[in-house]
Amino acid sequence: MTDKEPLFSTKNLKLLTTPLNNENPITVQVLGICSALAVTTKLEPSVVMAISVVFVLAVSNVVISLIRNMVPPRIRIIVQLTVIATLVILVDQILKAFAYEVSKQLSVFVGLIITNCIIMGRLEAFALGNKPWPSLLDGIGNSAGYGIILVIVGFFRELLGAGELWGYPVLEKIGIYNFGYEDNGLMILSPMALIVVGIIIWVQRSKNRELIEES
Amino acid sequence: MKRFSNRYIFLFSSIMVILVAALLSSAAMLLQPIQQRNFEIEKKKNILASIGIESSRASVEPMYEKYIAETYVVNTGGEYLDDLVAFEVNLKKEVRKPREERALPVFIGILDNGEKRFVVPVEGKGLWGPIYGYISFMQDLTSISGTIFDHDGETPGLGAEINTDEFQDQFIGKKIFDEDGNFISIILVKGIVDPESLNEVDAISGGTLTSKGLEAMLYDCLLNYETYFKNQKELQK
Repeated sequence: MTDKEPLFSTKNLKLLTTPLNNENPITVQVLGICSALAVTTKLEPSVVMAISVVFVLAVSNVVISLIRNMVPPRIRIIVQLTVIATLVILVDQILKAFAYEVSKQLSVFVGLIITNCIIMGRLEAFALGNKPWPSLLDGIGNSAGYGIILVIVGFFRELLGAGELWGYPVLEKIGIYNFGYEDNGLMILSPMALIVVGIIIWVQRSKNRELIEES
Repeated sequence: MKRFSNRYIFLFSSIMVILVAALLSSAAMLLQPIQQRNFEIEKKKNILASIGIESSRASVEPMYEKYIAETYVVNTGGEYLDDLVAFEVNLKKEVRKPREERALPVFIGILDNGEKRFVVPVEGKGLWGPIYGYISFMQDLTSISGTIFDHDGETPGLGAEINTDEFQDQFIGKKIFDEDGNFISIILVKGIVDPESLNEVDAISGGTLTSKGLEAMLYDCLLNYETYFKNQKELQK
């Protein structure tokens, strides 16, 4: 390849945008569901979790892509895990230092980013065979696709479950309780996250019919 | 695909491990003072919360100064250990020592209405990791006025319920000594709690091992204060 590809060529942009919709890790590939249920009771931890995953996946994709020709294939899974684990521990330490309250809410789930199948999946499927720049875009795209769903689910669960957004009592300020409205405590429980994800999948597929599987 | 020799593989992994270790340990060292500070703020917040005073990150320092009047370190014999600072005692290390050698912090809070509260820390084992908390006692040194429990990694929805208000509020008004002054600790029971009972609270459904750990923690840690509490009660008479 002698002629240089522009940084944001259509092909590169696609790496960034398809995981947001048509190849969304959660709603289409159905990966990373576990943490999507666990951390989305409120908006704030959802956003922090999303940012953490974006950081971990983007950086690990680039790192793996940079060393892809040096990594002996026989130990490549170990190398990938080491890179991911290092970044996750860094994120965990940084959160403990600068966002202590949120890090307590996220508790074990920050550490569990290591086992998030989206991350190892992207390293194995993409970063090992591509250059750093497309790998970066792919990493950001996929983790953002995961993050968007987390934030949407967190938004609805906090709003309907606690009547708040980012800890601010939105519904109380609107005054909707005066009409006899009550918070739905069920939204706080994990099964409702699954149902919200289900609704997102339904909305997405009714808009985008090519995603519907043949049965 | 390129073939790599075994020597290369060993070399590669060694370099990788050294790099990673250097990176992580320097990050840990850089961030440690900030984390330590968060930890102290959290501790002060918990002590205040156990006597029923809510504080925010910003207000915790002045509130702590205002409400926590005195702190002591005592031993199981009820003697004061003057050379230790209560706030700096690491309970995790203390509970591993033989009972007689333990240093036991006591935080004395004075509420707005002048009532005294005696706060003692507790530390024990849950199902997956450490559980800990603060128990605050009324002026009679028998009835619990508030509790705060927390954990590092109990199962969300099961054992982790120990840090919810519903669970913690059950302890309010329970007594750790019977009418004759014998230490009875707090019992976590399955099923229905006898409302007449002095020291029974409802255990967590699905969190049996955490509940058992919590019960053992309360027994183990509160027993240490038996003599100190009795001495204090004598003084009040």
